[in-house]
Amino acid sequence: MAFEKTTDIKELRLAANSIRRDIVEMITAAGSGHPAGSLGLADVFSALFFGVMEHDPQNPGWEGRDRFVLSNGHVCPVLYSALAETGYFPKEELITLRKMGSRLQGHPHKGALPGIENSSGPLGQGLPIAVGMALVAKREGRPQRAYCVVSDGEQQEGQIWEAAMLAAKYKLSNLIVTMDRNYIQIDGSTMEVNPLDPISDKYRAFNWNVIEVDGHDMEALLLAYSKAQKEQEKPTMIIARTVPGKGVPFMEGLVGWHGKAPKEDDAQKAYAALEDERKKITEGA
Amino acid sequence: MAVEFIENPEAKKSTRDGFGRALEEIGEKDGNAWALTADVSESSRTHWFAEKFPARFVQVGVAEQNLASVAAGIATCGKRPFISAFGAFSPGRNFDQIRVSICYSNLPVVIHASHTGLTVGPDGASHQILEDVALMRSLPNMNVLVPSDFEQVKKATHALYEAKAPGYLRTSREKVPVFTTPETPLSLGGSNTFLEGGDAAILACGPLVPYALEAARELKSEGISCSVVDMYSIKPIDRAKIEEMAKKTGVLVTVEEHQVHGGMGSAVAEVFCSLKIDATLRIHGMYDRFGESGGAKELLKKYKLDAAGIKEVVSEEVKKNKG
Repeated sequence: MAFEKTTDIKELRLAANSIRRDIVEMITAAGSGHPAGSLGLADVFSALFFGVMEHDPQNPGWEGRDRFVLSNGHVCPVLYSALAETGYFPKEELITLRKMGSRLQGHPHKGALPGIENSSGPLGQGLPIAVGMALVAKREGRPQRAYCVVSDGEQQEGQIWEAAMLAAKYKLSNLIVTMDRNYIQIDGSTMEVNPLDPISDKYRAFNWNVIEVDGHDMEALLLAYSKAQKEQEKPTMIIARTVPGKGVPFMEGLVGWHGKAPKEDDAQKAYAALEDERKKITEGA
Repeated sequence: MAVEFIENPEAKKSTRDGFGRALEEIGEKDGNAWALTADVSESSRTHWFAEKFPARFVQVGVAEQNLASVAAGIATCGKRPFISAFGAFSPGRNFDQIRVSICYSNLPVVIHASHTGLTVGPDGASHQILEDVALMRSLPNMNVLVPSDFEQVKKATHALYEAKAPGYLRTSREKVPVFTTPETPLSLGGSNTFLEGGDAAILACGPLVPYALEAARELKSEGISCSVVDMYSIKPIDRAKIEEMAKKTGVLVTVEEHQVHGGMGSAVAEVFCSLKIDATLRIHGMYDRFGESGGAKELLKKYKLDAAGIKEVVSEEVKKNKG
């Protein structure tokens, strides 16, 4: 079923809820993967894929599409789910994640699956790829934008700052990046491993338009993207504060779920919590 | 039959000029051709393209990792980017980006590495990349060419562009004799046999080919008759030529401005080891060590990569194997 672009907050929250369920199901079936970051980004991906970007899942190669680049490839379950939920490929395929012969590789492979615009895994490479895409559109006077999602831990890669500098040099106002500011990375808190703050000031100093937002507030996210689209001079960094594991109470905020798959009974608990949440959204709570 | 070449050519040109001129030609005929550089537009010869096609030129500054990934992004939009920098930094510094952003996505980005090998000279070992061919030929989807003079580099640039795949082109700084013509063949997976002889085959690449030809001429006067093959296509490699030369001469000597580990000699060895032929292979190059400052010629002499050095190595191998 093809999706219809919407700005209806309830629908977008329901889509995020479906994405969360997919993520738990996929990673549980795979037996490995990164649930916390993926769950934390469900609202951002729902906003982007259902509400913000111009794209056509029935025609993934449509030349006029906005480009979407995932820079922190390890959270690909959230991308795979958003692609399946919007109709790029059948949802049944989601549970093949990380299995032999699957198009859903452990980290995204461009060419393997419709809708995947870049291969990723090693951190830091997606942002400059998005810079290249935005630059082509800008130079050729086309209206497309490049949307990119980066993680916060990824900011420790030097290449990110090479890309940040270049995007500002070429005034890529058609580049809209969302940072998953969840304060976790493999070895613990970003504050302990290698502190990033003041991260907003860093991007401002690099001549970016910086917007800070609650990454689970759908209304605020839509407003942030709308502001970013109006920017004329600078690339935009939307720093989305997120809770890792969001929506699955026993995972929320815990570093331990960065790279650990849920067991079947964990998954059942997660589905129950997500079902409750779904009811609340439907009832308008 | 041997491929014709110019004996004692008068003209000398740098191989990087060949890249720059071919890039200009490609830019002329294909509006989707782009060029990117990392603060070395003149020395890596993208400046001619930049002057003519500023809207398709990108200056990333001193940022070789970005150079590779931004080019990958540009390539996903149906463009044909060429990235150009010193070999010591690209691919020396951006292997991961070339591997994942470019090769894993199988994007048609051509990587031009100028200033490779010992002949960078006075800049010293940090700049004399001798490991790049090993890095690049290990990557799936990548083609690797190390052409020998201005004319051949021009054709190689076109060949890598036509291949619509990741490509690696190695050039050098020094002006070297233009001993081929616009008609000399060049193709992916090809090679050029410039001299035919039965006692040994010298398989050389890049700016060492003219030295190999000179060594062969001198060896002939001592009664050793050599074939000289320009193995400019390192990946894919001309397997049939390696077999033919092994059968014909029994003594193969590879010669390159690269570590003996992983370069053209290793590529030849990977074919050679499966041949059921009584023959020997000597891989000549840099023997697991860094270079140093000096003039290009002085360095080639010291490391036995000039005509006299090649002659000595070949003669040693022939004596050892043919008594």
